Amino acid sequence: MGKWTRRAFIGTGSLVGGGFVLGVAGVAFAPGRHSVVSADAIEKGELTTWITVTPDNFVTILIPHCEMGQGSQTGLAMMAAEEMEADWERVRIQEAPALDAYANAYMLRAFTSESMPAPLERAIDYGAYRLARWFGTQATGGSMAVRGTGYGMRIAGAAAREMLLAAAAERFGVRADECTAARSHVTHAASRQSATFGELAKAAAAIPAPSNPPMKDPDTYTIRRTSKPRFDIPPKVDGSLGYGIDFTLPGMLYAAVDIAPVQGGRLVSVDPSPAKAMPGVKEVVELEEAVAVVADSYWRARKALAALSPLYDDAGHGDVSSDTIFAAFDEALGAAPEMPAEAAKVVTADYRVPFLAHATMEPMACTVRVDGDRADVWAGTQDPLNARSTAASALDFDTDQVHLTNLMLGGGYGRRLPFSFDYVHIAARIAKAMSPTPVKMVWSRETDMQHGYYRPAAMCRYAGALDAAGRPLAVGANYAGGGDGESLFLPYAIADQRFDGRSASHHVREGAWRSVLNSQHGFFKESFIDELAHAAGKDPYEFRRDLMDEHPRFRAALVRAAEMADWGSPLPEREGRGIAIAESFGSIVAQVAHVAVSPEGKVKVRNFYAAVDCGDVVNVDSAVAQIEGGVVFGLSAAMVAQITIGEGRVMESNFHDHEMIRIADAPNVEVDFIHSGERLGGLGEPGVPPVAPAVTNAIYAATGIRVRDLPIKNHDLSRA
Amino acid sequence: MAITLTVNGQTRTVDVEPDTPLLWVLRDTLGLTGTKFGCGIAACGACTVHLDGRAVRTCTLPVSAAEGMPITTIEGLEQVQDGELHDVQQAWIDHQVPQCGYCQSGMIMAVSSLLAQRPDPSDEQIDATITNICRCGTFVRVRRAIHAVADARKAGGAKKEERHG
Repeated sequence: MGKWTRRAFIGTGSLVGGGFVLGVAGVAFAPGRHSVVSADAIEKGELTTWITVTPDNFVTILIPHCEMGQGSQTGLAMMAAEEMEADWERVRIQEAPALDAYANAYMLRAFTSESMPAPLERAIDYGAYRLARWFGTQATGGSMAVRGTGYGMRIAGAAAREMLLAAAAERFGVRADECTAARSHVTHAASRQSATFGELAKAAAAIPAPSNPPMKDPDTYTIRRTSKPRFDIPPKVDGSLGYGIDFTLPGMLYAAVDIAPVQGGRLVSVDPSPAKAMPGVKEVVELEEAVAVVADSYWRARKALAALSPLYDDAGHGDVSSDTIFAAFDEALGAAPEMPAEAAKVVTADYRVPFLAHATMEPMACTVRVDGDRADVWAGTQDPLNARSTAASALDFDTDQVHLTNLMLGGGYGRRLPFSFDYVHIAARIAKAMSPTPVKMVWSRETDMQHGYYRPAAMCRYAGALDAAGRPLAVGANYAGGGDGESLFLPYAIADQRFDGRSASHHVREGAWRSVLNSQHGFFKESFIDELAHAAGKDPYEFRRDLMDEHPRFRAALVRAAEMADWGSPLPEREGRGIAIAESFGSIVAQVAHVAVSPEGKVKVRNFYAAVDCGDVVNVDSAVAQIEGGVVFGLSAAMVAQITIGEGRVMESNFHDHEMIRIADAPNVEVDFIHSGERLGGLGEPGVPPVAPAVTNAIYAATGIRVRDLPIKNHDLSRA
Repeated sequence: MAITLTVNGQTRTVDVEPDTPLLWVLRDTLGLTGTKFGCGIAACGACTVHLDGRAVRTCTLPVSAAEGMPITTIEGLEQVQDGELHDVQQAWIDHQVPQCGYCQSGMIMAVSSLLAQRPDPSDEQIDATITNICRCGTFVRVRRAIHAVADARKAGGAKKEERHG
C-alpha cells in the first residue's frame, strides 16, 4: 500500500494487539449480557466492545461514527474517558469497522423523549439497535453522534471504571468503594496502594460488566467542558491522511465517468473507438446511465472520456427548468392561508430558495475490487454499512460478500449518507467489468456538481394577522418542497397557527443537506416573523423576545445573541443588524448578523454573533468551530450558491459558476454557549438555519429592501 | 515522454504525456497524495504547491512547465530541523484550523507562500491572496493562524536581533 499511513493515526480493522477488552457494549441494551452479538463472538473475531486497555496503560476507544471534521470522534472519546477517569494523554481512538455489530444502537436516542422511564428507555435503545442493524445503518448525520451515541460512550466508560475498581479492590485486598480512579490509575489511599489501568486490565476484563454503573456528577468533569485538540488534525496538516480519493492498490486502474445529464436518463449509444485509440486506455465500460473510461492513469482516462460523444435520453424531463418547477410550486400553494376576520392588519409574503449542492471539496471517489465471489470497497461514506449494501446490490452479491473500508471524508454535509451512494454503485459496476483488477473511480468536479442529491428547492406562502396593538393573532403558511415538525416550529406565542404542506413533484434528485428542512424553513419563518415585527412597528428583536415567555431557552439564547451584538447601538448609514433564531437537532441557535451594503449594492457581512444552547458542551473549541463553519456554510447558501435546472439538467458545473464564500467574504464570528443543562443537542448542523434570515433581515434594516428569495446575489441592492 | 522533476529536493524522472497536469503526476505517478484534486480549473486551490518558491495551482499546470524548477508539496514543507513541522503547519494545529481537512494542504501551501513574500500581511492582503475554497468554513481560524505565525516570526526575529546585538 506504499504511502498509506492512515492506520498509523486513526486505523480501522483489528484492535491493538495484546489489549484486554472491557465488555460493555451490550449492557445498555440487554442487562446482564455482555454482548448483543453471538455467544462465540470472540472465537469468530467479532469485536463487540468500545473500550480496550493495553498493558502500556493506553485506553483505546472504538468510535462507531466517521470523522468529517466535525470533531465527534474526539468528543465521543472525551465522554467515555471522562466517566472512565482515564488519563486523556493516554487515550487513543479507532473508528469501528463496517461490521453489523457496530450499527448505531443509540441513533434513535437522539430523537426520543427525555422524560421516558429508565426501563422503557433501555427497551427503546435495544429496539433502535435492532432497527439500525436491520437497516444496516452506521450513519453519521443528523448531528447525532455526540447527542445519541455519546450516551452509550458514557455507559461504556463508567462500566469500565467500575470493573477496574473491582479488579483493584481484589488485588489490594480492600473494598472497591474505598478505591478511587483518576488519570488511568486506581488508588487505595489508606494502604497507599496504586495500580495503573493497564496493570488491572486483564483482571477487570474477567469481571461482569455492571448494567447500571453510576455516572459522574457533571460538576466534577475534568475532560468534558474543556478544549481538547482533535485527534484527526495532525495528519491533516502534513498531507499524510488518506481520504477516499487517495487510496491506491498495486496494479490498480483508474476510471473517469460521464453520467446522463438528466437524472433518470439512459445511455443510448456511444462510439468507444476515439477513446480506445488513446494511450493507456484499457476499456470503455458502458453502463445503463453512464459511460466510463478505464485507463492506467486517471488523467489518461479523463482525456479519453473527453474524446467520446455519448448520446443519452432525457427520460422525458427535457423541458423541465427551475422556472417550471417554481411555477408548479406557485400553483400548488394556492391562496395564502386565510386570516381571522378581526385582524387589524394582514401581512402576506412569498419566499423561495433554490436547489443547493453539497459541493464537498473532495469529489466523489470510490475504489472497488471484484474478485470471484468477493468484493472489496474503499470509500469515504457517512454510513459504511449502508454503502456496503449498495455495493452488494450493484454486484448482485450478498452483503457479507462485500468488505468495505471507510476512509476519511473530504466533506460530507449529507452527500455521503444512505440513499446517496450512487458513486459506490457506479464504481462497483465498473470494477465488475474489469474484474479482478481493482479500479479507482474519481468524479470530475463537473460530474460531482451535476449529479448531486440536492437540498430541495422550496417555496412558502406566508400570511400573518396582527391586532390593533401590533400583537400577532395568527400565522400560517402553505409550503412546497418539504417541511416537518421541527422545521416548522415557531417558538412564539401565536395561538392560531396553520401550516399546510403541498406537493408539486419533479424529477430532480434530492437529499439531506446540512440542517435538512431547517435550511429552508429557518429562512422562511424567521423572515416572516421579521416582516410581522416591522408591520407592527416594533423592533424585531423585542417583538420576538416578548412572544417567548413560554419558551425560556429560546428567549435566553435570543437575549444573549442580542447582547453579544450590542443590539440597538447606532450604526452608520446602510449598515444594519438582523436577528434570527431556530432550533434544529436539539440545539437552539440565535444569531445576529451585522452587514454593510455599499451604494453599489455590494453586501459585506461584517460580524456574526451566535448564542447556542446545546444543553452542555463536550469539547468547547471544537463546538465553536462547528458553529463558525455552520455560519460560513449558511452564508454561501444565503449569498451566492444555487443550483438551477434547465432542459432537465443542472446548469452549474464548477466553482466558476457555482460560487462559494471565500476568506474575503467570511465574517468575524463570535460564539457563546448557554449551559442550560438540558439534553445534549447536535452541533454539526444547527449553526446553519438562522444564517440566511439573519443576513436578509440585516439587509432590510440597512436598505429597506426585503430579500424573499435566495441567493442574495440575484438582487439589486444598490441605492435607488 | 521522460520528464525530470525536482520534487521536495529529490530528482524524479517520470514518463507521462507533457500536457498531463502536474497535479496528477504528483498524486498518481509519484504517490504524493497530500496535494488534492478539487476542481480541475484552478478555481479552488486544493492543488496548490510551491513552484520555484511561489504558490501555483497544479490542476491546470502542464507537467512540462514545471521541468527544471524546484517543486515543494505539502509533504516537503518542513523546517530545517528534521521531523519538525513548518510553523504554518504547527499554527494550523495550535489553532485547530482544519475540519474535514481536504482543502488544507492547498491552504497551507498558499499561506506559507504569502508569508514568505509578505511577512506581516494585512487582512486586505490576505483577502486578495488566499482565495482557496474551504467548504467547512474554517476561514476565521485561517486568518487567526496567519496573523499568529506573522506575530511569532516577528517576535522570533526580534529575539535573534537582541542576541546578535
